Amino acid sequence: MLYDVTIDGKNYRLELNRADGRWSCRLDGRDIEVDAILARPDVLSLRIGNMAYEVKSERVASELHLWVGSTRFAAEVRDPRSLRGRARAGEAQGPKKIVAPMPGKVVRLLVREGDEVAAGTGLAVVEAMKMQNEIKSPKKGTVQKILVSEGAAVNAGDVLLIVE
Amino acid sequence: MFGKMFNKILIANRGEIAVRVLRACHEMGIAAVVVYSDVDRAALHVRKADEAYPIGAAPASESYLNIPKILDVAKRSGADAIHPGYGFLSENAKFAQACADAGVKFIGPTPAAMNAMGSKTRARQAMEKAGVPFVPGTSRGVESVEEAEQVAARIGYPVMLKAAAGGGGKGMRLVHAADQLKSSLEAARSEAERSFGDSEVYLEKAIINPRHIEMQILADEHGNSVYLGERECSLQRRHQKVLEEAPSPMVDADMRRRMGDVAVRVAQAANYSNAGTIEFLVDQEKNFYFLEMNTRLQVEHPVTELITGLDLVHLQIRIAAGEKLPFKQEDVRLRGHAIECRIYAEDPDNNYFPSPGKITLLLQPSGPGIRRDSGMYEGWTVPIDYDPLLAKLIGYGTDRDQAIARLTRALSEYFVGGIKTNISLFRRILGDANFRAAKLDTGFLDRMLQRTEDKAVDSRATEVAAIAAGIFATLGASAAAAAERAEDRTSASDAAASKWKDASRREGLR
Repeated sequence: MLYDVTIDGKNYRLELNRADGRWSCRLDGRDIEVDAILARPDVLSLRIGNMAYEVKSERVASELHLWVGSTRFAAEVRDPRSLRGRARAGEAQGPKKIVAPMPGKVVRLLVREGDEVAAGTGLAVVEAMKMQNEIKSPKKGTVQKILVSEGAAVNAGDVLLIVE
Repeated sequence: MFGKMFNKILIANRGEIAVRVLRACHEMGIAAVVVYSDVDRAALHVRKADEAYPIGAAPASESYLNIPKILDVAKRSGADAIHPGYGFLSENAKFAQACADAGVKFIGPTPAAMNAMGSKTRARQAMEKAGVPFVPGTSRGVESVEEAEQVAARIGYPVMLKAAAGGGGKGMRLVHAADQLKSSLEAARSEAERSFGDSEVYLEKAIINPRHIEMQILADEHGNSVYLGERECSLQRRHQKVLEEAPSPMVDADMRRRMGDVAVRVAQAANYSNAGTIEFLVDQEKNFYFLEMNTRLQVEHPVTELITGLDLVHLQIRIAAGEKLPFKQEDVRLRGHAIECRIYAEDPDNNYFPSPGKITLLLQPSGPGIRRDSGMYEGWTVPIDYDPLLAKLIGYGTDRDQAIARLTRALSEYFVGGIKTNISLFRRILGDANFRAAKLDTGFLDRMLQRTEDKAVDSRATEVAAIAAGIFATLGASAAAAAERAEDRTSASDAAASKWKDASRREGLR
């Protein structure tokens, strides 16, 4: 398998193959000796050479996180040969989906469809556990579509609106 | 033994404290009845209970704060006592009175003692008579701006305005100079009115960078009171405690005895019974001033339990059943050091905003000197409706350094996946040079959080993450796929278990 992996913004090209329970691994062209056991779902026991690591995997909202020991890394894994991988890579320029960072209730919408927004403009207010959180626009653009109404209950990762 | 031990206790709470009390009940051979709101059916306290009763919708006013519904459950279940935990109805004198009227024992002080302590100004008037040291200021609400200006001029700026009915930092204002007093008083009054329905505000001298140290007391219903040592609670964010330890690194035996004597005097002046806590502000010169009394079990009670070897919930129940305190002041010995971390579902990278959601992976620490009081489990969805406290992790050692070392080690084993928690905050606190040197005051956390964290990125760990990301992808071990496999495995192990049961039944028949 061939992967393009991004860890905290740093890109790697990773080749992985498994035969008879043994892994062969090339990271950016370097051969690395790897031994891996899935200890339980989302927990990998890794040996790289004789160094041992426990790596945990989680999804929070739509983000994939990998934890090496107590350090968290934001991870993205793409198959460079798939169309989906290529589409994702270009996502930053296109319409941006604004998602709820946590489950809660939409208490206020601060913009209307068609509004021009700057990076940092408040778009909506989501309340959870008696605290209100303003969701801000990550970029300059136009509010293309609003997918929720005031008072709606949302889950983490639900798309609230789209900024083009 | 005095009195008759209870057969059944109703726990009018949720989360980790409901589980904590439930465990004590089971240890004492007492059946535990719990109540739950619509969003708490799957909560841990319901899973572990002997009896569980739904009491209404998620908002606390319709469930955990609803006195008639809770008393109805007490009646239907035949519970002979109610443990209120902390928060919710625990300091509500009307509830304690309603329990008494319904013939159910409230595990806590009498309504009269709660009333005496419930208002900060009334408590202050009672305590002044008992010779308890106070921060200079008014013992009544200030009537007018003119009166506030006179008092402030007499005791000197800076001064603090506080809501009489207050708590949690609401209705509090620090005033540095006379020209700010009028607007601050108005703001504090309106905030107090909004938060507590009572606009009474009093004024006292502000102590800059104080320590917050509290004394645990226990009193039986036969006039015996003891103190169980202090807890250092100076590590706070927005006036909410984050980490507590016992004993306080600042308090020596002489100061402990003097604070303990005052605490016992406070309890006796209020005719107090059961567990209670007297909070003190301590200035840089180690002068201590009475702040308030909390008439309930505290969140941070485990640190006192670890250094005294006592079980405060057992003792609360025994006292409520009419027993005398089973030991005297001179029998109380402090041994070792304990530190508690309050693990919250909140996001340290987003201003500690609450982060409820489904816990997809939970790895929990254990080993020497580690105690975990938890209300969560893997697969449970943390509801959005309540306080985001998930669990308390407590480290114990022969001294402070060992307690810190054990807690640091345990934090590295703790992993809560799928939601954000403040675990990383504790790693930072415990590693902080000033914390290790015990240079603590209530401004400590704000100062620490203003400094940017020194995050040295280990390029090797980054590569490890890259390799692991590929392996997880190859194994299809994404969180979603893993959940499906876990379900398959559960049903497979259920099948194995029932085969094993069949086999053992056959064995039994032979």
